[in-house]
Amino acid sequence: MKILVCISKTPDTTAKIAFTDNNRKFAADGVQWIINPYDEWYALVRAIELKEKDPSAVIHLITVGTADADPIIRKALALGGDEALRVNADGQDSFFIASQIAAVAKDGGYDLIFTGKETIDYNGSSVGGMIAALLDLPYISLAAKFDLAGNSATIVREVEGGEETEEVSLPLVVSCQKGMAEQRIPNMKGIMGARTKPLKVLDPQPVEALTEIVSFELPPTKKGVKMIPAENAEELIRLLHEEAKLM
Amino acid sequence: MSILVFIDHADGHFKKTTYEALSYGAALAKQTGTQAEAVLLGTVSEDAASLGKYGIQKVHQVNQEALNAFDPQTYIRIIAGIAQAIQATVIVFSHNSSGKAIAPGLSARLKAGLVTGAIALPDTSQGFLVKKNVFSGKAFAIVSIKTPVRIISLNPNAYPVVAGEGSAEVVQEALAPEAAKVKLKSVVRASGEIPLTEAEIVVSGGRGMKGPENWGPIEELAKLLHAATACSRPVADAGWRPHGEHVGQTGVAIAPNLYIAVGISGAIQHLAGVNRSKVIVVINKDPEAPFFKAADYGIAGDAFEVLPKLIGAVKKLRGLA
Ligand SMILES: Cc1cc2nc3c(=O)[nH]c(=O)nc-3n(C[C@H](O)[C@H](O)[C@H](O)COP(=O)(O)OP(=O)(O)OC[C@H]3O[C@@H](n4cnc5c(N)ncnc54)[C@H](O)[C@@H]3O)c2cc1C
Repeated sequence: MKILVCISKTPDTTAKIAFTDNNRKFAADGVQWIINPYDEWYALVRAIELKEKDPSAVIHLITVGTADADPIIRKALALGGDEALRVNADGQDSFFIASQIAAVAKDGGYDLIFTGKETIDYNGSSVGGMIAALLDLPYISLAAKFDLAGNSATIVREVEGGEETEEVSLPLVVSCQKGMAEQRIPNMKGIMGARTKPLKVLDPQPVEALTEIVSFELPPTKKGVKMIPAENAEELIRLLHEEAKLM
Repeated sequence: MSILVFIDHADGHFKKTTYEALSYGAALAKQTGTQAEAVLLGTVSEDAASLGKYGIQKVHQVNQEALNAFDPQTYIRIIAGIAQAIQATVIVFSHNSSGKAIAPGLSARLKAGLVTGAIALPDTSQGFLVKKNVFSGKAFAIVSIKTPVRIISLNPNAYPVVAGEGSAEVVQEALAPEAAKVKLKSVVRASGEIPLTEAEIVVSGGRGMKGPENWGPIEELAKLLHAATACSRPVADAGWRPHGEHVGQTGVAIAPNLYIAVGISGAIQHLAGVNRSKVIVVINKDPEAPFFKAADYGIAGDAFEVLPKLIGAVKKLRGLA
C-alpha cells in the first residue's frame, strides 16, 4: 500500500496576523511556522498508524513550496513517513497546488491520498477535492474516522448535526479532521532519522492559477465590553433583548 | 447566462443554509442583470416550487432517490452538465459538509475559479472580487476570480435569508442513473438539535465548568434560547463533550448572531473560531480573563451563580415563569 500525505506550512496558531505591502502580503517577519495542524495531527498520524499495522506500507509526504518549507517537511518526516517530495513553487492558489500534487500522484501508484480538512491560514478546504477530480478518484471530505479492510475503506464523515458512514474502495482521496487520530510528538529517534530520509525536489508543471488574492483586511476592532455586575446578571438578558435585539 | 445555486437538503428537508445561498444567488443575479436558477438532486418532501420566494426562477431537479445517498463524483458530473447547459456564469454553494465535498471538484473539472467561505456579495464593478474569511477568522482576503465561470461557497450565517413572493418553475431533468463509487452505509443525526454551524445562538462552556456533570445549566440555557451548544478544545479533549462541539482554530469555526462563552479563558486559538460572532457575551470569574477584550457584554462572576440567574431571566422574558 502506498499513501501520499499532503503537508502544508502555516503560521503558528499564536502568530500575529498583520499585513505589509499595502495589505497585499502577510507580514511573515518573525513568524514561527508549523505543519498545518490538520495535516499533522490527523492526516499524517493516521497514515503512520496504518503503516504500523501494515509495515509494508509506504508513506510519501508532499508539499508545494519553496525551500523555506524544508524545515516543516523534515519535521513531518520526524513523525513518520519514508520519503518527502517538494514541488518547488510558490503555492499560488488551491487549483495550482492541487494540480501540482495530482501531476505527481498520477503515475505514483498511490492507494490513498490524505489531506487535512483545511489549512488554518487560507481556510480553503479545497485542495483534496480538486486532486480527486483531477485524478477522477472518489473524495471523502471531513473524515473523522478511517478504517481499512483489504481494499475497502469505511469512513465516518462529519456532517451538520450528525455523521455519515461510507464505504468506498481504494484508491481515493480523504480530507482528515479531529477524531482520525491522536496528536503525536516526534521522538529523538524520529528526529535523527528524518535527517537522512530522502527529500526530493521536483520542478513544477506549468499551471495557471484560477484565483488571486488582491488584498487582506483585518476585522474591525470591538467597541469595548459592557460589563454587567454579577449580582445583577439578569440585566444581561434585558440588554440582549432590548439593546442588541437578539432574543 | 445565469447564476446556479446548489440546493442542499437532508432527510427530505431543505437546509437553512440553502435559503441563505438562494437569497445570495438571487441578489447576485440582480446585481449582474441575469437570472438565478437552482439545482436539486434527489428527492425532498417539501415543495421545490416554493423556493421561488427566495428570488430564483427555475429549479432543475433530478428526482432520483439514489441521489439522496450523496456521492460527490456523481453530483459533480450532474451539476457540471446543468451548469454548462444553462451557461451558468456563477455557481453558488453553502460552505458546509456538502459544499466542501463538491465545489472543489467542480472547480477543477470546469476550470472555474473557486472562493470558499465567502462572507459577502462579490464586487463586480471591476472584475470579480470575493471577500472571504482567512486565518481562521483573524482576517479577510479579497480574492479575484480570473475565470469566466466562477464558483462561490457561502459561509453559513453570513448572508441574510431574503424571502418575498413567487414560485419557481420546477424542471425535471431526465438522467440515466449512475453507479456511485461511494456507498452510504448509515447516517446518524442528533435529532432535535440545532447544527452548530447553522445556529443563530451558541452557548459554549470551557474548563471553568469543572466537569461534564455540570453542563445542565448550559444545556438548559441553550434550549431556552433555541441555541446550539459548543465547548473549548480541552473540554472536548477530556471527553466532557463530543468532539463535534469543539470550536476554535482547530475545531469548528462559527459565526452566530450571539455567542455566549462560559468559563472559557479566551485563548487566541479559541477566539479564532468564534470572533466573527456578531455579539459575544463572556462569563468568567476572573475579571482579567483575556476573553473580555473580545466581548460585547461581560459578567465577571461565578458561572454556577450567574447561569441560574440568566435562565430565570429568559424564562421570565418568555413568560415561562
Ligand atoms: C495548536 C493549538 C490549537 C488549539 N486550538 C484550539 C481550538 O480550536 N479551540 C480551543 O478552544 N482551544 C484551542 N487550543 C487551546 C487553547 O490554547 C486553550 O488552551 C483553550 O482554549 C483553553 O480552554 P478553556 O478556556 O476552556 O480553559 P482554561 O484556559 O483553563 O480557562 C478556563 C477559564 O474558566 C474560568 N473559570 C474557572 N472557574 C470558573 C467559574 N466557576 N465560573 C466562571 N469561570 C470560571 C477561568 O477563569 C478561566 O478563564 C489550541 C492550542 C494549540 C496550541
